[in-house]
Amino acid sequence: MTPSALPLGDPAPADGILPAQAAVGAAGRKFSLYAHIPFCAVRCGYCDFNTYTATELGGGASQDAYAQTAVREVEFAARALAASGLPERKLSTVFFGGGTPTLLAPGDLTAILGAAVEHWGLEEGAEVTTEANPDSVTRESLQELARGGFTRVSFGMQSAVPHVLKVLDRTHSPERVPQAVEWAREAGLQVSLDLIYGTPGESMADWETSVRTALSYGPDHVSAYSLIVEEGTKLAAQIRRGQVPNIDDDDHAAKYELADALFQEAGLSWYEVSNWARTPDDACRHNLAYWRGDDWWGIGPGAHSHVGGVRWWNVKHPTAYANRLENGESPAAGRETLDGATRAMERIMLTSRLSEGLPLDTLGPAARKAVAGLIAGELVDPAKAFHGTLVLTLKGRLLGDAVTRALLD
Amino acid sequence: MARTAPVPAATDPAIIRNFCIIAHIDHGKSTLADRMLQLTGVVQQRDMKAQYLDRMDIERERGITIKSQAVRIPWEVDGTAYCLNMIDTPGHVDFTYEVSRSLAACEGAILLVDAAQGIEAQTLANLYLAMENNLTIIPVLNKIDLPAAQPEKYALELANLIGGKPEDVLQVSGKTGMGVEALLDQIVRELPPPVGDANGPARAMIFDSVYDTYRGVVTYVRVIDGSLSPREKIQMMSTRATHELLEIGVSSPEPTPSKGLGVGEVGYLITGVKDVRQSKVGDTVTTFNKPATESLGGYQDAKPMVFSGLYPMDGTDYPVLRDALEKLMLNDAALIYEPETSAALGFGFRVGFLGLLHLEITRERLEREHNLDLISTAPNVEYQVTLEDKKVIHVTNPSEYPSGKIAEVREPMVAATILAPNEFVGAIMELCQSRRGILGGMDYLSEDRVEIRYRLPLAEIVFDFFDILKSKTRGYGSLDWKADGDQVADLVKVDILLQGEQVDAFSAITHRDKAYAYGVMMTGKLRELIPRQQFEVPIQAAIGARIIARESIRAIRKDVLAKCYGGDISRKRKLLEKQKEGKKRMKMVGRVEVPQEAFIAALTTGESSKDKSKK
Repeated sequence: MTPSALPLGDPAPADGILPAQAAVGAAGRKFSLYAHIPFCAVRCGYCDFNTYTATELGGGASQDAYAQTAVREVEFAARALAASGLPERKLSTVFFGGGTPTLLAPGDLTAILGAAVEHWGLEEGAEVTTEANPDSVTRESLQELARGGFTRVSFGMQSAVPHVLKVLDRTHSPERVPQAVEWAREAGLQVSLDLIYGTPGESMADWETSVRTALSYGPDHVSAYSLIVEEGTKLAAQIRRGQVPNIDDDDHAAKYELADALFQEAGLSWYEVSNWARTPDDACRHNLAYWRGDDWWGIGPGAHSHVGGVRWWNVKHPTAYANRLENGESPAAGRETLDGATRAMERIMLTSRLSEGLPLDTLGPAARKAVAGLIAGELVDPAKAFHGTLVLTLKGRLLGDAVTRALLD
Repeated sequence: MARTAPVPAATDPAIIRNFCIIAHIDHGKSTLADRMLQLTGVVQQRDMKAQYLDRMDIERERGITIKSQAVRIPWEVDGTAYCLNMIDTPGHVDFTYEVSRSLAACEGAILLVDAAQGIEAQTLANLYLAMENNLTIIPVLNKIDLPAAQPEKYALELANLIGGKPEDVLQVSGKTGMGVEALLDQIVRELPPPVGDANGPARAMIFDSVYDTYRGVVTYVRVIDGSLSPREKIQMMSTRATHELLEIGVSSPEPTPSKGLGVGEVGYLITGVKDVRQSKVGDTVTTFNKPATESLGGYQDAKPMVFSGLYPMDGTDYPVLRDALEKLMLNDAALIYEPETSAALGFGFRVGFLGLLHLEITRERLEREHNLDLISTAPNVEYQVTLEDKKVIHVTNPSEYPSGKIAEVREPMVAATILAPNEFVGAIMELCQSRRGILGGMDYLSEDRVEIRYRLPLAEIVFDFFDILKSKTRGYGSLDWKADGDQVADLVKVDILLQGEQVDAFSAITHRDKAYAYGVMMTGKLRELIPRQQFEVPIQAAIGARIIARESIRAIRKDVLAKCYGGDISRKRKLLEKQKEGKKRMKMVGRVEVPQEAFIAALTTGESSKDKSKK
């Protein structure tokens, strides 16, 4: 979940102390933890995330030593937050992303989680998710994760069609998914499935097959992302060389519309542009924390954090990351302290993606004026706007960035 | 070898030789001139920079001379010290009038031709001009050191043209200096000395006028009769305006004040005026106290032929552009402009130019010297439109074109000369025919090279004609043209509409038969250039209310980042900020956002503009 390119920002201090504004109003905000696990069995052709295959790294960055290094950052985070005047808050959600977190032994994951719980504690009913590859889990490993405090698993299913999975370099066989879902259910975990649409060579029928197959497994939650061809990936090079056809936004739009219709038919409702849940309780609360502007600490190389309008990100390379922590230094590579206007802009950008919507009374006069045009353009739900909330229509969700730009003018 | 020169103002006309060099760009005129300056000791080796006489950066870079200069050089033949005045002529079709004035200041001309390429159309045109002025022509082949040189072939061509013998064609190399001394001797021997009435009222012809930031306007003259002295009051015969002569002198090649200028001499005048319009090329200078009654004749006001709208890319640069044009005008008597407003491009100026090169040079100088980014609209000629009520209007901008009740439209015509190897005759005729040209005649210059003459509408050659000519003749074709009256034509205005809104910058006046092609070309181009919007955008070409071509830009269906999680937020926000900035550079046409780049790309023909001015 951490894109490979880090933003440009200000230098971050070695002690990790946050600017004063981070603590302002913190008691009213929820607090979450993200743990980045930077390992994959193979690197997928489309992926530009900060991940490494097992053999690429050594020392404190190695797969074996990683849990220990991550626990160091948990300890560092607890100290830095306390020293920055942040109140003690229990964790509302925890999310392990990657990479492929389940490449680590379940004991490693529960050890990192355990260290976090030891320092901050968990809120009653807290959501604890891990991402997983269908072929990197077993019945036993899922049981162990559930026993260790995990409540939810998000499988990277991506597609049910072998030739699509091949273009994506995914190694699992499609039959593996229902098995993994069943084991997760047995272990009492909530189940989410990730899908990718618009892969070169994927037909509309292929996509429909994937969506229907995913729905047949009865997930509580589905995420569906259009394939993004990131620069520097193998897929980008293949497209440049003409070995695979380029992606097409119109195809993406049609596939999004199809998926939304099928999800709705199956009883899942959208709550964010790319996310659908069976009930409001099945929505991913951790991701909602990002969009609602709550606080979270992200541990792991390249991980991003946000506390009260201060955003920072860790050094990218696992070895550099491990070295910093071994020296007792903050692993942050850079940070930015957002002013009021920028925070307002982010709020528009993020909350407009949600079905709960953006309260119109928080907008300035120019943005409110733009809403009329957005309603006329069928991008914003008129009834909800009438009741004071900006909520995107289906067309509006596909043009979400244009909506944000209109509101920023 | 002469090392002592006769003194200005006291030089016997009998030892003066005034000459210019007629040559095509790239045929080595400036290099030859440089070699002459060195050989005669006027410029020391250490001061030598390549192409000494081309003063402007643009001139050096493009290898062309925009403004002519005159240099006084000493040369001794058979024990007599002579005074040679070399008048450097502009080398491009746009500046024909200035060339004609330079020629009128000389008794002879060196016809300089690249021994590997042969004569080109503009050189031929200038040669004819020189012959009409009864100048003595010295034919010279340059670059004979090149392996590709074909001196025999091209000597024959030159001999045929001027009616001499191939053996009399001199062979030189400006690069190595070979044959240059013999050429200097030949100038002294062959060219007649100037003849004038030393005691009559002063008459001097202005052949160039240059604005200098420190000195004001520097005027270059050739004295025909009488003499001019410092501190004298002079008078411009076209306007009767009088000026004090602050300084008079000769260039050798740096300006050197003298006691005056006598019959046959060439030099410069400084009067303190700040605008070249007060000292116009072709005008006759006389003295206030003893004025001549008759001017030397041949004076013409510069007449712009091609018009284009110049707009700053950034609207806030409008005052900068205005000041820049004001400054440039001081040095360019041919430049005219007036403010203009475009719904699509904002505030700018409609500027008149002598031709396309003049347009390009002006634009480049404005951009370079004043740090401006400019959009120039498609070049237009001046149409004379007679309405049904007999009212006549002159249209230099499609937006001024009347919408109805037109009795007659006249368009300017040119007499064009094209030189090319004979294998391309078919292709050239096809091109000219497609441009509504009428064949005037064809002559063989040599066995395999022809001169083709066409009468063409100017509008047909100002856009991409030269590029196409070059590509159809694999680079060998050359073109010269001069104004040749006008003709009645069946013209229409084609408008381009975006979502029903007319975009004035894309309107064009075309021949009725070509309106459809223009409409298809422009709508197609815009379809590629304008990004998709949230709604479908029809692009139409129309004559009045009649749609002649249409395209449409499909609505964008997806514009959202699928993944926006914790690690994506900063990157995403920065992207939106950038897009917001980009939006400021969009021009709104109705509801349609059109990027500036689309205007530029739609109004440009291709990447060949640099080449065009070089050949």
